[in-house]
Amino acid sequence: MTWTETLRTGWAAIRSHGLRSSLTVLGILIGIAAVILTVGLGLGTQKDVSAQISALGSNLLIVTPGSSTSTDGLRGGFGSAATLTRSDADALASEVAAPDVAGVAPEKQTSLSLEANDTNWTTTVTGTTESWLDVRSRSLASGEFLTADDDAERAAVVVLGSQTATELFGRTNIVGQTVTMSGTDFTVVGVLAEQGASGDANLDDLAVVPLSTMAESLVGGWQRSSLSTIYVQAASADQLSAASQEVTTILLNLHGATSSDAADFTVASQDSLVSTATAVYRTLTVLLTGIAALSLLVGGIGVMNIMLVSVTERTREIGLRKALGAPPWAIRRQFLVEASVLGLGGGVLGAALGIAGATWLPDVLDTSVVVSGAAVAGSVAIAVGIGLVFGVYPATRAARLAPIDALRAQ
Amino acid sequence: MADLFGSVVLDDDLHDDRGDDRRDDRREDRDDDPAPVIDLVAGRKTYRTGSIEFEALRGVDLRIGRGEYVAIVGPSGSGKSTLMNVLGCLDTLTQGEYRLAGEDVAQLDEVELAQVRNRRIGFVFQQFHLLPALSALRNVELPLQYRRVAAAERRARATEALERVGLGDRLHHRPGELSGGQQQRVAVARALVGDPDLLLADEPTGNLDSTSTHEVLALLDELHAQGRTIVLITHEPDVARRAQRVVHVLDGLAQDEHSPAVTSPAEGRA
Repeated sequence: MTWTETLRTGWAAIRSHGLRSSLTVLGILIGIAAVILTVGLGLGTQKDVSAQISALGSNLLIVTPGSSTSTDGLRGGFGSAATLTRSDADALASEVAAPDVAGVAPEKQTSLSLEANDTNWTTTVTGTTESWLDVRSRSLASGEFLTADDDAERAAVVVLGSQTATELFGRTNIVGQTVTMSGTDFTVVGVLAEQGASGDANLDDLAVVPLSTMAESLVGGWQRSSLSTIYVQAASADQLSAASQEVTTILLNLHGATSSDAADFTVASQDSLVSTATAVYRTLTVLLTGIAALSLLVGGIGVMNIMLVSVTERTREIGLRKALGAPPWAIRRQFLVEASVLGLGGGVLGAALGIAGATWLPDVLDTSVVVSGAAVAGSVAIAVGIGLVFGVYPATRAARLAPIDALRAQ
Repeated sequence: MADLFGSVVLDDDLHDDRGDDRRDDRREDRDDDPAPVIDLVAGRKTYRTGSIEFEALRGVDLRIGRGEYVAIVGPSGSGKSTLMNVLGCLDTLTQGEYRLAGEDVAQLDEVELAQVRNRRIGFVFQQFHLLPALSALRNVELPLQYRRVAAAERRARATEALERVGLGDRLHHRPGELSGGQQQRVAVARALVGDPDLLLADEPTGNLDSTSTHEVLALLDELHAQGRTIVLITHEPDVARRAQRVVHVLDGLAQDEHSPAVTSPAEGRA
């Protein structure tokens, strides 16, 4: 019995029980599609998060108020406490104290309604300094960015994101136009070049004003002197950790803290943000993949079940084949091939369904789904493997049947 | 007789040329035949169910020469089926010796027994045992598949075998599309296709009407005339009468009876 004949015989046996075989294949199919989709979703989300973080700029350190690491188990108002100030940002820009720092961009953000002519648009307004453009790796489509003079004079000027400009004016060549925020008229001095959406964050919908102007006329109370974030750009990738050290030391000194345990701020690099974020998603992915794998296991049990039924049903055929000279291994191979063909069918169809789902899901869920060739090939191989593994017991049972007993079976 | 079996045909022709002489010789010198097809000495088979032992064969001596047509008869429970399983290498003896065409098969393992069955024995069963999903041709090809015969040759030989049993026009019919007699003839073709030393038929007419019974028995007569060794297990005296020699099995023992047949098939045909 050659492999081709074994395959042909197996295929004929599978086809002769179409519905039964289809249901078995369906079990594997669902498992494989689920695995491909969950792995793809997990990888896609990680990719989105990484892209979002790298879109912040290059060689960046992100300093946020509050501490995320506290020895007493309390999170010291991470991200919300008002512990970072304008003078902190100025100190970090010092070339003497922080030689590895290339640029510092303090940011203060708030959400405001913008008015131009009769149009309203609510967006994130960022107060910052002239260095923001370089530190955040942005460029201008038209006009100019904020200058040091703007900041010193608390000038009522604004730079708009391309989408914000379009929403308010229906076009982007709007330098010189006036936008009203919180009752103050701001002159548009520039429009940022389009950057595109990165994950959930839209990088083209924003308004940038001088930090001093923002503190004076757009926000009030205790928030006036505080910053949301300080972006620190290291001179090069190699100098990133040195810069981080310098930033920490300077801020600890300024805040009168004696050790890093008492820090009321957090310094994170893009890499560390990426790894923190992906670690969370990886855990989630592993969990979901585990559940999907369980369904694959159930599919495998289905294969075993159907093969056991098949062996019982075909006892007489097995007996006859043995009487005609089929050695036990030929019988075993026959049933193993049938089980793996079921697995292969489920694997291929499941991969097809998974790929189809991966092209459809991003439109619905607004996240990326990454389906790699290796993942698809791997799942198909796993499906065949499952067929094989769960086929071993039924096939061995078939091979062990005594020919006389098998021939006499009803 | 049509020459349909390639090299096999040559053998058959040889048998035919000196057929009658040979058969006469054998009848006299059977015990001296150097390699009888079946040589069973003191065969014992004991079945054990829990603490109960049952001796199905209690020391059977049976010798069947090449070209003989032997009917094995006996009531149910006599050990007839056990004997047939042992002769067909479907089961092994508990004790005793069994040589099939000169080959000692008593000590063979499962894989070797499968090979012996494939090469030396052609089975015909009461229930035909054809695979319903396969065409007549594919059914007949089965024994050759387990012998790694190339597909083209296999097809040719299976076609010849089917033509030999008069089913040359039913090659691609499935068993369900054939009558009982035709199905049994497909089974005979399957038994012949591998050119075995022994044709072992277990109640081949048990499921057939009288017309089909006649067809199949006539076919066996023809094969015997060509020199085939045939062992037929039956409980029907009419069927047994067609054989050249009848062996009675009773209480686990076998005893030769002088053939009740008035004429041997070969003489009948002449």
